[in-house]
Amino acid sequence: MKIKLSKSDIDGALVTQISKVSGEDFKQCYQCGNCSGGCPVSYAMDIPPSQIIRFLQLGRFELVMEANSMWVCVGCLQCYSRCPKGVSAANILEAARQLSLRKGTDHERIEDLPVSFLKTAPQQAIVCGFRKFVS
Amino acid sequence: MLKIPYYPGCTLSTVAKEFDTSAKDSAIKMGFEIEDLPQWNCCGATFPLTPDNIMGLTAPAKVLAGAEKAGDTLTTLCSVCYNVLKRTNRVLKDDKEKLSTVNEFMEEEYAGGVEVTHYLEVLRDQIGFTKVTEAVSRPLKGVKTAAYYGCMLLRPFEDMGIDRAEAPTIMEDLLKALGATPVFFPDRVECCGAHLAMDKPDIVSKLSGNVIDSAAREGAEIIVTSCPLCQYNLENTQAESGSALPIVYFTQILGLALGQDEKTLGFEKNKFSPLALLRYKELL
Repeated sequence: MKIKLSKSDIDGALVTQISKVSGEDFKQCYQCGNCSGGCPVSYAMDIPPSQIIRFLQLGRFELVMEANSMWVCVGCLQCYSRCPKGVSAANILEAARQLSLRKGTDHERIEDLPVSFLKTAPQQAIVCGFRKFVS
Repeated sequence: MLKIPYYPGCTLSTVAKEFDTSAKDSAIKMGFEIEDLPQWNCCGATFPLTPDNIMGLTAPAKVLAGAEKAGDTLTTLCSVCYNVLKRTNRVLKDDKEKLSTVNEFMEEEYAGGVEVTHYLEVLRDQIGFTKVTEAVSRPLKGVKTAAYYGCMLLRPFEDMGIDRAEAPTIMEDLLKALGATPVFFPDRVECCGAHLAMDKPDIVSKLSGNVIDSAAREGAEIIVTSCPLCQYNLENTQAESGSALPIVYFTQILGLALGQDEKTLGFEKNKFSPLALLRYKELL
């Protein structure tokens, strides 16, 4: 894929914001791929964690926000645990989720959830799910 | 008798009551008591991974403020509660500005004077596994038991610190103390899919299925966990797949080894009861 790099994108306001909200410095990442290799759900992501970080390094914020990766990330921290540079892809994807939810758009609605799940699931699953998916 | 303030959390007060009661009964058999905080609220069930989300710290901070009135330690059982309370506690202790902001949102003040420990840490560090063995009256001889850790008990290592994040042994050490045969399996620190059970059950089936298969391949006859959501996801996945490993809380088999009546251990709530296996092993 051919992409055009521009300094204004790389240091753009949106990329700076996701770095600030996540507390992560994308430039630390040297693309070893350990995060994507260890991630149990990268197979279901449009863009795996290491490439999410690469796109942010290149200023492509919109590609990150369009991908399903942030909604698939379960926050298990295997990526962070195995990162030799101490970068947490999970924190970055949570920041992407937060930036989306803080605009007031929900990713899930309670009326769409199966009743069987709501009746039998441990409360922690429901509370956690709503905190991850609802503004 | 040593009394340790204890945070049960929402799930252990309802759908995972057997986790709570078996731990309490076991504690008494080993000479200590865990005592519910007089007042508590939900911990929030997820630690906010974005450092600017201070609001997400208020629910666990309120729990810690309540715990501070009861003493200087707080123990808990659910891996998620443990993760949220321990990580929040670290943030509030390290960052006085955040502590003061959070305190402004609460009726009570938290001063940062509580240490959060898991029940497993109490057994290892305060009671000692040798003392646990001394209290065992029904050694779980020959029961091949796989300890499934999952994520929240262990990660991130520098905050949780209960054991090595990639190669923990605390649960296997407990299993040895109970006379069981621990089964180390490759996927024991992998994720079960957690809250994705809510809207992506296919991912949970795959992840939990991997965990069960991995344990079964190493010859496990029973899986123990310290997380109600792991327990739920593994049991549900197994119900679809057709294998039938019992998946129980570590305190249920702890209670069994300490000689508790099996009727008090809540095995009837398990979709895959270990009772047949235990009878086969002539432990009941």
